[in-house]
Amino acid sequence: MAMVADNAKPSIIGWISSIIPLGLFAALLYFVPQVTAGHVFQIQLDWIPSLGIALSIAIDGLSLLFALIICFVGFFVTLYAADYLPKKAAAGKFFVYLHSFLLSMLGLVMADNLLAMFVFWELTTIISYLLIGFECELETARRNARQALLVTGAGGLALLIGFLLLGSISNTYDLSRITLQAAAIKTDPLYMVVLTMVFIGAFTKSAQVPFHFWLPNAMSAPTPISAFLHSATMVKAGIYLLARLHPILGGTFAWMGTLVVTGGITALVGSVLAMKASDLKRILAFTTMMALGILTMFLGGKTTPALTAAMTFLMVHSLYKSSLFLVVGIIDHQTGTRNINHLGGLLKAMPITACAAATAALSMAGFPLFLGFIGKEIMYKGALTEEWFPFFATTAALLANALMTAVAGIIIIKPFLGTLQKSPRLPREAPWTMWLGPVFMGGLGLVFGIIPDWIGNWLIKPAVRAFHPSMENIQLKLFHGINEPLLLSIATLSLGALFYLLKQPLRQTIDYVLRQIPIRFEHLYTGGLEGIAKIARMQNRILQNGSLHRYLSIIIGSVILGVGLPFVFGYIPFDFVRYPYPSLSAWLLGGIIIVAVVAAVATKTRLLAICSLGVVGAGIAMLFLINGAPDVALTQLLVETLTVIIVSLVLLRLPRLSARRPKLSAGKIWNGILAIAMGALITALIQAVNQTDLQRSLTDFFEANSYIAAHGRNIVNVILVDFRSLDTLGEITVVALAGLASYGLIRKRKVQ
Amino acid sequence: MPSLILKTATRLLVGLILTFSIYLLLRGHNAPGGGFAAALVAGTGFAMFAIAEGPAVVRQAVRIAPQMIAMGGLGLALASGLVAPLTGQPFFTGIWWIWEKEQASELAIGTPLFFDVGVYFAVLGTILTLILALEEN
Repeated sequence: MAMVADNAKPSIIGWISSIIPLGLFAALLYFVPQVTAGHVFQIQLDWIPSLGIALSIAIDGLSLLFALIICFVGFFVTLYAADYLPKKAAAGKFFVYLHSFLLSMLGLVMADNLLAMFVFWELTTIISYLLIGFECELETARRNARQALLVTGAGGLALLIGFLLLGSISNTYDLSRITLQAAAIKTDPLYMVVLTMVFIGAFTKSAQVPFHFWLPNAMSAPTPISAFLHSATMVKAGIYLLARLHPILGGTFAWMGTLVVTGGITALVGSVLAMKASDLKRILAFTTMMALGILTMFLGGKTTPALTAAMTFLMVHSLYKSSLFLVVGIIDHQTGTRNINHLGGLLKAMPITACAAATAALSMAGFPLFLGFIGKEIMYKGALTEEWFPFFATTAALLANALMTAVAGIIIIKPFLGTLQKSPRLPREAPWTMWLGPVFMGGLGLVFGIIPDWIGNWLIKPAVRAFHPSMENIQLKLFHGINEPLLLSIATLSLGALFYLLKQPLRQTIDYVLRQIPIRFEHLYTGGLEGIAKIARMQNRILQNGSLHRYLSIIIGSVILGVGLPFVFGYIPFDFVRYPYPSLSAWLLGGIIIVAVVAAVATKTRLLAICSLGVVGAGIAMLFLINGAPDVALTQLLVETLTVIIVSLVLLRLPRLSARRPKLSAGKIWNGILAIAMGALITALIQAVNQTDLQRSLTDFFEANSYIAAHGRNIVNVILVDFRSLDTLGEITVVALAGLASYGLIRKRKVQ
Repeated sequence: MPSLILKTATRLLVGLILTFSIYLLLRGHNAPGGGFAAALVAGTGFAMFAIAEGPAVVRQAVRIAPQMIAMGGLGLALASGLVAPLTGQPFFTGIWWIWEKEQASELAIGTPLFFDVGVYFAVLGTILTLILALEEN
């Protein structure tokens, strides 16, 4: 589905609002020299001081690298989206989401407080939900958005648990202060729990196996969003988290083992699936998965080359992948399709786009002179120095990189070379705002590839130093001499070429193998969702079937169980023998109540039943009165009166009760048992209350202060309208809302 | 068809009942009564009226839609709590205006009184909503 209108005017909002990321980028550049010199900028604002949550901002090398990437890509994506969006689309909404996302992402990478960081983390999840589901009239967009939200949201909850535990272990939520206690945290008994929770958070966000399935589905977002969120920024949040927590949690066997293995598997799965896919955007999504896997794998290491490899590849990947996504968006926008099988020969029609695509793809393939080559060299150097599983890491990196080379070939050769294929729209070059981003980012890949020192010294070294203080000096260089990494690079390129030539049989093999695997993680997800819905339906059927009788039985039954069991097991001191002897009038009233109860149960007419219940209520009110509670008695009497009126209004419209004596059914016996049990329970409760010493401190307080502070002698009323008026406000709100709700129900019946 | 006796008695009684309900409302601070009880009394009066004369007559007599009465009562109760924050005291602190009279007796009028009136209208409005809807059904 392409969002296209041929004569669409570019969105002014997009152009104007691109000032936000551009301005932020310029502002961030200002920090570069001092951060490179090792300075950390810190600002602290109190947020919720009582909970120790501060909005602390810290800008160090790591934050700065991420922030610069976010603003840089954000600027080109904004500019691009101004032309990409169709005329009818709600451009205002789109750019508000986009820039809110950009700001939350910046907050995430600059927050120096775990809880503030968590808030930004969740914000990115929520805004990404809105963006993936931007074309909300499409069923698939809604489903995919929900899937991404649920998967990353669940991860976010796990992360919150991890953060809270981390905070409780170290008694602070400030990252910089937690870092000082790293040694103690690693030996804490809760370390493994914290680690697991943080990993779940990072793995869901960064689409690691087995949580990877949401990422390709998230491609239902508009392409600029995919370029921004699902390649350069949001999916890197998990990577950022791992890097940020590396000095605190990293370096243990659990950390290294998990990250290297998970990352390696994710990289392999991603690159294999990328070979198989035919939708250009899905191909890119799987290659992003591969990149995230590689990044995770290298963050598992603790040597300087491994961590430098992670940061370098982060930069490399952001440049070429955003560029490629934008190119795919242009192809989609200009031709109307992004199926690789329907594309070909676009070079002549779209030369500039083709150039941008070529530079990006060559960087992705890792050709010499491109930044991707440097990234790959340092990657092999890092993999070889890993303390654990260096062989696994090197092999995984080699295979994944070779497959990337082949995929880069597929992306660039198939659509642009060969004969022109028939596409839904006649292809022509895109407007400059659209190709500017890909050209710029692709070009930077070449410039930095030739002069790697610039980013090496200014961005990558400070970033690594921020979470790996004891670093040795690693120079990014085009040519290191003939050594193992160079040989591995040559092997990668040759293997990649081989894979490209064998792509047809390779695809068939992958297809075949995939069909042999019985489980899909996505099916586990949908199965889980269906299971929850099934349980909900079942409990609805049992507990909430719409019958008032059922509701009452459940409520009374649970009260009997919940309050009655402590009695049975003797948790409530209670002695039947110490019975206060009632007065004669109490006996009389009791007799009247019992007669009325029997009448209510035995009668054949509704009116008599209602009136009998009214008598019961009035009798109880009288009991209150003779025991010295006139206020309660008055209210009780009035409530009973009104109840009789309202219930008669309802019940008198129902058909007469049957004239025959009703049969004694099992249901009726059960009702009787419930009623008697409830009555017995209340009696026992009152007895138990009477037998304990009442705390009189509150009563004394109210008696002493009622008149002085609230000018009233009726303590009950003074409590209601003055001392506890907030409670009363809540109660009358409930009364009014319940009234409105029942009014709605009554009117609904009438309409039907 | 309601009986003549009921109709006649209702005419006499409703006025009395409503007066009594206002009496209950105002005395509530010092003796049994208060907004809630008073509203129940008034509700009973209106219910009688509705049974005798039909809901349409009651609606006409009341003029304001019962739901609006309930919401107005809620609003008044809330507003009475908001007076205190305006003077810098915590939400729902009672604010009093006191007139001293002879022989050490005083007339105190405070926000809790308005709160109680709010309770009265909230509850009365709810009861009226229900009774009228049921009668019309």
